[in-house]
Amino acid sequence: MSKEMIKQYAIRLGDDAVVQGHRLSEWCSNGPFLEEDLALTNVALDFIGRARMFYSYAAEIDGGDFTEDSYAYQRDCREFTNLLIHELPTGDFAFSMARQYLMDEFGLAFMECLESSSDETLSAIAAKAVKESRYHLRRSRDWMLRLGDGTEESHNRLQKAVDDLWGYTAEIFELDELEQGLANEGIAVDTTALKSNWETAVAAVLGEATIDVPQGDWSIRGGRQGMHTEHLGHMLSNLQFMQRAYPGQEW
Amino acid sequence: MSREKTQAELEAQFQAKIDAEEKIEPKDWMPEKYRLNVLRQMSQHAHSEVIGMQPEGNWITRAPTLHRKCVLLAKVQDEGGHGLYLYSAAETLGTSREEMNEALHSGRAKYASIFNYPAITWADMGAIGWLVDGAAIVNQVSLQRTSYGPYSRGMVRICKEESFHQRQGYHIMMVLMRGSDAQKQMAQDALNRFWWPSMMMFGPHDAESAHSAQSMKWKIKRQSNDELRQKFVDQSVAQAEEIGLVIPDPDLKWNEERGHYDFGEIDWEEFNQVISGNGPCNRQRLAHHVKAEEEGEWVRDAMAAYETKKRQRSAKAAA
Repeated sequence: MSKEMIKQYAIRLGDDAVVQGHRLSEWCSNGPFLEEDLALTNVALDFIGRARMFYSYAAEIDGGDFTEDSYAYQRDCREFTNLLIHELPTGDFAFSMARQYLMDEFGLAFMECLESSSDETLSAIAAKAVKESRYHLRRSRDWMLRLGDGTEESHNRLQKAVDDLWGYTAEIFELDELEQGLANEGIAVDTTALKSNWETAVAAVLGEATIDVPQGDWSIRGGRQGMHTEHLGHMLSNLQFMQRAYPGQEW
Repeated sequence: MSREKTQAELEAQFQAKIDAEEKIEPKDWMPEKYRLNVLRQMSQHAHSEVIGMQPEGNWITRAPTLHRKCVLLAKVQDEGGHGLYLYSAAETLGTSREEMNEALHSGRAKYASIFNYPAITWADMGAIGWLVDGAAIVNQVSLQRTSYGPYSRGMVRICKEESFHQRQGYHIMMVLMRGSDAQKQMAQDALNRFWWPSMMMFGPHDAESAHSAQSMKWKIKRQSNDELRQKFVDQSVAQAEEIGLVIPDPDLKWNEERGHYDFGEIDWEEFNQVISGNGPCNRQRLAHHVKAEEEGEWVRDAMAAYETKKRQRSAKAAA
C-alpha cells in the first residue's frame, strides 16, 4: 500500500479533528455555565491535539518541508477533506451537542477499530484517542437525555438539531476508493461496517431522550472530495488569518 | 457558664489571632466588615478570571499555529478553573455564585480593569500573558499569606499555574522579537498599549486607596499597592530589555539610592474612567457575559427539569 495513500488518510482524519475542535473552541466564554464552558474547551483541546498528531504523521510521511501547521493553515477549502457535518456552524447548544453526540457515538467505534490498524502510528494515535472518546461520548450522551427529556423548549431545540444534522450523517459511513483500498489492507477503518451498530445505539439514545429518529432520505455528501458547504471558507479565513497575513513566520 | 462575649472582646480576639498569623476559617467569628471586605476582593478576583477569558478567547480560533492554539486554550481553561475555584472559596463567606454574578451584572461588583482593553493583535496574547499575568502573580504571591484561609490556599494553588501562563506570554513576545520587522513592531505596539493598564492593575496610590489601611491591618492584603507596583516594574524592566522591547515610560530610570526603578505617573483620569465603566470594552465585556448567561438559561432549565423527572421516577420506582 502506498505511503502516499496513508498520508492522504491521515490528512483526512486531521481535517476532521481540526474542524471539529475549531467549532467546539468557539464556545469558549459562551457556554451556558462555567463548568460546561470548561468542559467544551477541554473537548476542543482533545480534538486539536488529535489533529496535530494526524497532521504530524502526514508531514513525516511526506518528508518535505511540510509541518502540522502547513496542513491546517495553508490549504484552501477544496483541499480540506473533513466530513461536512463538522464544519456546520456552532448553532445553539442543542445543535452543538447533537452533533457532538452523533459524532462521538461514531468516533469511539471508529477509534476502537483504528487502534487495530496495521499501521503502527495510526494505531498509536487511536489508542490515545479512544480514552478521550469514551469520556466525550459519556458527556454528550448525558446531554442528549437532559435536553431531550428536559423542558419543552430544550426538547424542541434538540429535535430540530437532530433533524437538521441527519442528512450529513450518510457520508460518514461511505468509503471512496482510497479508504476502501486502505481498509482492504487493514490500515483504514471500514466505516460501512460501523453503520448498523451506530444506528442501533443512536436510536436507543434518541428514544430514551424522547427524540424521534428522523425519517426521510435527504443526504448531503462530498467532504472527503473537497466539496464543502459555504461555511468552511469562513472558518478557514478565521483559522488561517495570521498565517495568510504574515506568511512564512515563526510564532 | 461564661457570659456572652461583647463585640469589642470578639474583635480583640479576632485581631489577636490575625496578629499571631493564624488563618481565619469560614466557621470562625469575624467582623461583618472583614467578611464583606474579603468577599469583595475574592468575588472581584473570581470575576476577573472569568471576564479575562474573553480577550484571550477572542484569539483562540485565530491563533497562528496549532501549538499556540492548544496552549492558549489550556490557559483560558485554567483561568475559568481559577474562577470556579475562587467562587467556591468565596461562597464559604455565605454568598452564592448566582448572587456574585448578579452583582457583576448590576455593576456593584468589579473585575480587573485591564480586561476592559481590547486584544486586537496576536501580540496582545503575549503582552497579556507576560504583563497581566505577571502583575497578577506579583499580587497573588503576596496574597498567599492573606489572613482568610480558603483564599490563601486558593492563591497557593493558582500561583503555580499563573507562572506557566506568564512564561507562555513572555515566550510569545520573545519569538515575535526574533522575527520579522512586522512582528517586532506588533510586539512593541502590544507592550505600548498594555504597559500602563498593567501598572493600573495594582490600584490607586496607597494614600488614596479606599480599602487599603483596614485591609492591611486585617492582613487581607499583605503588601501595599505601591510596593507591589514597584516590584512589578523592577522585574519587568529586565525582561523587556532581554528581548529588545522598550517600556513606554520616558521617566523610567534606575535609582541607585533606592535600589529600585523610578517611573512615571499613571494617567489616573484614564484609570478612573475605566473603573467607573467607561473603558474601551467595559460595556462589551459585561454584555458578552450577560448574553452567555441569558442564552444558557434554557439549558440550565432543561438540566434542572431533567433532574427533577429523574428523581420523581426513581421515587416512584422505589414506592
